[in-house]
Amino acid sequence: MSDANLITVAEAPDVSGRSRSLAGDAWADLRRNKIFWISAVLVVVILLMAFVPSLFTSADPGACALSNKHKGPSGGAIFGYDFQGCDVFARTIYGTRASIEVGILSTLMAGLLGLIFGLSAGYFGGTTDAVLSRVTDIMLGVPFLLGAVVFSGRLSGSEDDGVWAVTLTLGVLTWTSAARVMRSSVIAVKSQDYVAAGRMLGASPGRLMFRHILPNSMASFIVVLTILLGTNIAAEATLSYLGVGLKGDAVSWGLQIAEAQDYARIAAHPLIWPSVFLAATVLAFIMLGDAIRDAFDPKLR
Amino acid sequence: MTDIKATMDALPGLDHRAPLLQIDDLHVEFRTRDGVAKAVNGASFWLSPGETLAILGESGCGKSVTAQAIMGILESPPGHITAGEIRYRGVDLLKLPEVQRRKVRANRIAMIFQDALSALNPVYTVGFQLAELFRVHRGMSRSDARNRAVDLLDQVKIPGARSRVNDYPHQFSGGMRQRVMIAMALALDPEVLIADEPTTALDVTVQAQIMGLLAELQRQRNMGLILITHDMGVVADVADRISVMYAGRVVEEAPVHDIYARPGHPYTRALLESIPRLDLKGRQLNVIRGLPPALTDIPRGCAFNPRCRYAKDPCRQDPAPPAYAIAPHRTARCHFFREVLGE
Amino acid sequence: MFRYIVRRLLQMILTFFGATFVVFALMFANQDDPIQALVGEKQASDSLRAALTERYHLDEGFLTQYWYYMKGLLTGDLGKSLTGRDISEMLADAWPVTIRLALLAVLIAAAIAVTTGVYAGIRRGGLFDNGTLLMTLLLLAMPIVVLAPLAQLVFAMELRWFPATTTKDATPYELLLPAIVLATTVIATQLRVTRTSVVENLRADYVRTARAKGLAPRRVTWVHVLRNSLIPVITLIGVDLGVLMSGAIVTEEVFNIPGVGFNLARGIRTEDGPLVVGFVSVLVIIFLVVNLAVDLLYAALDPRIRYE
Ligand SMILES: Nc1ncnc2c1ncn2[C@@H]1O[C@H](COP(=O)(O)OP(=O)(O)OP(=O)(O)O)[C@@H](O)[C@H]1O
Ligand code: SF4
Ligand SMILES: [Mg+2]
Repeated sequence: MSDANLITVAEAPDVSGRSRSLAGDAWADLRRNKIFWISAVLVVVILLMAFVPSLFTSADPGACALSNKHKGPSGGAIFGYDFQGCDVFARTIYGTRASIEVGILSTLMAGLLGLIFGLSAGYFGGTTDAVLSRVTDIMLGVPFLLGAVVFSGRLSGSEDDGVWAVTLTLGVLTWTSAARVMRSSVIAVKSQDYVAAGRMLGASPGRLMFRHILPNSMASFIVVLTILLGTNIAAEATLSYLGVGLKGDAVSWGLQIAEAQDYARIAAHPLIWPSVFLAATVLAFIMLGDAIRDAFDPKLR
Repeated sequence: MTDIKATMDALPGLDHRAPLLQIDDLHVEFRTRDGVAKAVNGASFWLSPGETLAILGESGCGKSVTAQAIMGILESPPGHITAGEIRYRGVDLLKLPEVQRRKVRANRIAMIFQDALSALNPVYTVGFQLAELFRVHRGMSRSDARNRAVDLLDQVKIPGARSRVNDYPHQFSGGMRQRVMIAMALALDPEVLIADEPTTALDVTVQAQIMGLLAELQRQRNMGLILITHDMGVVADVADRISVMYAGRVVEEAPVHDIYARPGHPYTRALLESIPRLDLKGRQLNVIRGLPPALTDIPRGCAFNPRCRYAKDPCRQDPAPPAYAIAPHRTARCHFFREVLGE
Repeated sequence: MFRYIVRRLLQMILTFFGATFVVFALMFANQDDPIQALVGEKQASDSLRAALTERYHLDEGFLTQYWYYMKGLLTGDLGKSLTGRDISEMLADAWPVTIRLALLAVLIAAAIAVTTGVYAGIRRGGLFDNGTLLMTLLLLAMPIVVLAPLAQLVFAMELRWFPATTTKDATPYELLLPAIVLATTVIATQLRVTRTSVVENLRADYVRTARAKGLAPRRVTWVHVLRNSLIPVITLIGVDLGVLMSGAIVTEEVFNIPGVGFNLARGIRTEDGPLVVGFVSVLVIIFLVVNLAVDLLYAALDPRIRYE
């Protein structure tokens, strides 16, 4: 065993020890934070609604009877019926899945792209960084919804419900914030002594990234992704509302809002309930992200 | 001008025969999440017109906090003045309503800070920042105030004052910036100037120029100067008297030459011994054995006792040593000052 | 200053070509049948096919297509929409009301965000501060598709405080509700940035100096702290414009305001490709120009950059 190995081995527990204590502090902070618990409970409920909707309603969101058009609450349909006579409560519950699916998948995609771009820009610096920064600038040069309208409009048109088109659109257009955060944390971590020491001792770039840089950059990255999850869900609703998101038979809050809006004068409940669920979902993720950030960075509280 | 004089004359308890500035048993604490830090614990000293009082002490002993308390610019919360008096010509500043207190600032008592770059507002020209004083305190017109600003820059010997008045702080060199700071402090002809480490951030050659300028302006105006510094050399050159602070208390006060010849407190003695006697100039204080006490947990009795080589049993018991008058015009807070003086 | 401007200009030219290229590529690249992309699910007649092929030079190489597209953009020739109307003319018709709506929204947002942000920053940790933080959280969580229809429902239809829809010649009062809705899309971030910036600046040494000068707290805050605190807020304006553009599409659609966003939303619904590409391209250009202007304004506010 060479000296270099000895030192690297000795370094590793130190680093994980540090991040563990940071994470430990953050957890202690989070545990005392009311906002964290409220949002965490909300998120769990929302996830349940998305993946086991039958827990919440036994009605079939597709079973609509025009005779029920715009009826008020009755029996199981505690939110009443919409203009096609569909059960608003059932549709709202089932609408969760599309939002969450699109939200999670697109955020994962954006996270992956951000991870790759941010890591490379931050780690290699120099030309790589300059080129990737320009690419980021260009991406930021197209306001999000405008890009999404063109892109998503182009992807759709086929027969499916549009989940993949929207996911791809959101993923491709929203990775920039994740990349920026990754890049700056990598640069910050890279300049710390133990990474410099590791490099001097000949640790390979890959090993450095995964053993040292990545764990230390994770906190802020996760915060950004949590918030992005919330905003992507909002974006999906907006795209669906405009007619370039989910379509056809898809059950989606954005579509519900778009349909109900035309009849808002006659019946407000089909508009209100999907709106409330959408806002609550976005709020839950943004609050969660906020709470985690505060826990990791209490400076400015 | 008459305006401000009338305001000042109306200060309650104003007495022109009273000492220019007198600090008595000042206590300041910071109430933070980690506990109460007792930064100043009964500081007392006085200042006469035309006199230079140097305040010495290790980092963290409460020098800047004392200065800020005198100015009335303590950040509060967390800072609180819990006891004591600060008297300007007999007027108890701590009892003054905020509006009058504000008038005393800059008009009667002014302050310059260590780092002029951060102490000046980066987004306004130095002319604006100087003229502001005349506009706010004297109600002058924009152009009059601007002319006064140019005069001031001239007085602190900034070349090309008329054009430089439109420059921003970052366009000046460190020394020139500190001159701007001095101009700002002297703008309204204060009677007391507090200089908190005015030259620490500067090159040695520039330091001497700035100290020279300060001394000259002080002489011209017969100002009282409180000079907070680490530089023993500067102290020996310009100070009339010295107050040595330790853990928020003035532990020794004496005319400058007496103290150099025969320190009356073990802490002062350690400070002096930590620098080579023949080469005082430009020297920073060296570290003394041990660490200053945590302000959240100041030792009982004499705060210096854990580090003191003269310490005996009485030193570890409350009350803390009083300010013994150890010679004419000299006090020291040490039970065993005789031993220290070498009598 | 000069070098700063030149550098920003060069960067912007690069971003300009990059961004327009992205828009163009999103629309046309790798398309089996670009005509179908332009007309959506409708059947394209032979004459329409021929017209579109000529307009977008679809029979030529991709880069040539881009070249002609750029040329059209820069000369103000945006072609015709599928309905046969001249796109530049539609844009000219739609502008005025959108500009008024946007200006009103920006004014409302800035006024509320800056004053509230400053007060929250001064009273950091207090009731007001925590209350505002909670409010911004709620606002951040309100997608425009929730806010606009609900605001219309509550304030226009139920309470009847405002008209529910407007025309091209809307008065500021008629535009007020949509403008408030639009403003809420940017208030939260502006407010948070202002607050954080004020909190940081209040700790700065120059604040201590200002107080030592015997200035009243109000002057210290609104003259000394504010100007410094606004610097990061100014940089937000650029980003916010993008958010406002996105928000305007939904807001104008909901409130029936016949502006740029309304036309764009219609274009999207009717799958009018030429209209969408034309409008989006122009908006992207405006976005970039405003961002450049913001950078220059930033330099004007922060002398440290100006004399770099
Ligand atoms: N705003 C504040 N909040 C909390 N504690 C403070 C604050 N300002 C000062 N203190 C504490 O008061 C003590 C005295 O600080 P002060 O700045 O007076 O020291 P000093 O003697 O000027 O030291 P130096 O020579 O380093 O300038 C320090 O221990 C510091 O931690
Ligand atoms: S009182 Fe005691 S401990 Fe304090 S300085 Fe004097 S001898 Fe030392
Ligand atoms: Mg200090």
